[in-house]
Amino acid sequence: MSDYDTNTPKAPDTATAMDGAAEGLTGRTPLSDPIPVAPPKSQWADVWSQFTHHRGAMISLFILAVIVLGVFLGPFIWRADPQAIPSVVDMIKQRDARPVYVTLWDGSAKTTWANPLGTDNLARDNLARLMYGGRVSIAVGLLAMALSIVLGAFIGVVAGYFRRLDAPLMRLTDLFLALPLLPLILVGSLLFREPLAAVFGIEGGTFVLIVSLIGITSWMQTARIVRGDVLALKEREFVLAAKSVGTQPGKLIRKHVLPNVMSPIMVSATLGIATAIITESALSFLGFGFPPDFPTWGRLLNDSVDRMVLYPERVVWPGLLISLTVLCVNYLGDGLRDALDPRIRGR
Amino acid sequence: MLTYTIRRLVLAVPTLFFISLVIFLLLELAPGDPMAQVPLTVPAEVKEQMREALGVGQPIWISFPKWLYQFFVIEPQVLFDHYFGTSFSEGDFRAISWQTRSPVMDIVVQRLPQTLWVVGTAYVVGFAIAIPVGIYSAYRQYSLFDNAGTFVTMVGFSVPPFFSGVLVIVIFSVQLGWFPSIYDTTLVVNSWETFVKQINQMFLPVMVLALQITSQISRFMRSSMLDNLNQDYVRTARAKGLKERTVVMVHVVRNSMIPVVTVMALSVPQIFGGAIITEQVFKVNGIGQLLITAIEANDLPMVQTLTFIFAVLIVLFNLIADVLYGILDPRIRYE
Repeated sequence: MSDYDTNTPKAPDTATAMDGAAEGLTGRTPLSDPIPVAPPKSQWADVWSQFTHHRGAMISLFILAVIVLGVFLGPFIWRADPQAIPSVVDMIKQRDARPVYVTLWDGSAKTTWANPLGTDNLARDNLARLMYGGRVSIAVGLLAMALSIVLGAFIGVVAGYFRRLDAPLMRLTDLFLALPLLPLILVGSLLFREPLAAVFGIEGGTFVLIVSLIGITSWMQTARIVRGDVLALKEREFVLAAKSVGTQPGKLIRKHVLPNVMSPIMVSATLGIATAIITESALSFLGFGFPPDFPTWGRLLNDSVDRMVLYPERVVWPGLLISLTVLCVNYLGDGLRDALDPRIRGR
Repeated sequence: MLTYTIRRLVLAVPTLFFISLVIFLLLELAPGDPMAQVPLTVPAEVKEQMREALGVGQPIWISFPKWLYQFFVIEPQVLFDHYFGTSFSEGDFRAISWQTRSPVMDIVVQRLPQTLWVVGTAYVVGFAIAIPVGIYSAYRQYSLFDNAGTFVTMVGFSVPPFFSGVLVIVIFSVQLGWFPSIYDTTLVVNSWETFVKQINQMFLPVMVLALQITSQISRFMRSSMLDNLNQDYVRTARAKGLKERTVVMVHVVRNSMIPVVTVMALSVPQIFGGAIITEQVFKVNGIGQLLITAIEANDLPMVQTLTFIFAVLIVLFNLIADVLYGILDPRIRYE
């Protein structure tokens, strides 16, 4: 039996190995005990193979990839300008077109293949607006999540590792948790709009403002989880060993502590994207987000609510995309949590 | 237990003080002038006097203690006077809204019932659905019901209220015409018809809010049940011949409810926050809508008071959750 042949398919080999084990019990020499066939897998390969077993997460990964690719690469294929308003006569002719699929049940509807998802009340192309809106929404989600994770992980590690800073930092976390966040985000988005717009321009300023507001108000859960894990890690032997050979605290945190708290950080990062996208859309929906002519999914939804009876597609598409993205991200987080939890891995 | 509760109560005071200071400092930065809407024909010195009367531009070490005094001393007195006909608050200056020039608390009290009705009903409905769903899907883990339930709760968890709200308006009030899409606050419930009308108009906002509560809590209930179903005491209960119904409904559910009850308490302020958006969708003029209009109109005393009320809710229900946890679970008593 070619024990070292890694090209042999895994399943039959395991079967022979099992047989070997069974025969070994019935009185063979210990030398013929089975030797592990497959080469040892890395932790992340293990995590990935566990992750692929989570059907919901795999489907979500696929849908999410389609949405993200469509939103970021779509505008290179579908080159309509989301902001362009044609001259008055053309605008009146072209505006308020319905999506092409409406002809299936309403033959008299105004549709054109030039705008597959129709146009809005200023004759701007809905498909292009959805794509550009998605770019902004997803970018806000990713950046705000990154900011909140960096903050949360930093505060969590520092609080867990340095005993002296633990109490003040955790009081700060509790205080943030007790703040009424949505009202404060609303107030903040109004207060700092103009100073930031003066520095980064209106759209850039709003972008910076919303990303930082969401990031600053959502790091607390991550900090708590990370702190708890760091506190437990600090008592482990390998940290003691590293300390005893004279590793400096900074290096010890980077090389030994951080890699071991990566899994909770990754899970809360995934779930953080979902919350950030929802918060951004809620802000835009309430009229505290991006300026009116700047498309984001929440903004598109808000602008179309008044005429949703006549043009339901303008409400449904952005809403559907927000919900689908958030749903997929949540499923990904679920799958990731299951895959990263060694207690249920391999089950 | 009592000392623990008292200690937590005492700790809540500095927290609230600090939060109100943070809110105050943040609002101090706010641009905008309450006199912006006053006609240009009003002379500048009159405007200056009006500003002074409203207390605009006072330094923070005067305005902040003043607000604290108004909120914690004068307003309770007004409330006391209202109920007992006394006159403690006579001649006191209450916090005045810059928008309406009437006391802030009066407006809040006018708006509160709408929010409480919608949020309270949604809360009760949400829990009434969530707990049985959570119990059953944990008991039959990976069954069709569990898988469907998990999917539905995941969807309910992910669909934001401003989309689900708009969607139910399109379906139920535009296409089917079953429910009104706008909440009529002037409706007085005094007969069977008006009661039916009230239920009708509450249906959609309650449905949207309850969907969110249900999906959150039933996920929680399910995982809490799953943790408990594999415990040794469940095997013991079965081994001594108890009926399956008793084992699950009495032993397991009671123990699983411990974390869920605290989540119940913790989710109250969250629901109030979520109601801000739902109120905006259904045009309910509750305190969430009041907050939005106040922020838009630069009405700082109103924003300050409302934000602080939200903060009080959070701190209060955190406290309730901690105390409940201590009462329900004897292992977690911090004496």
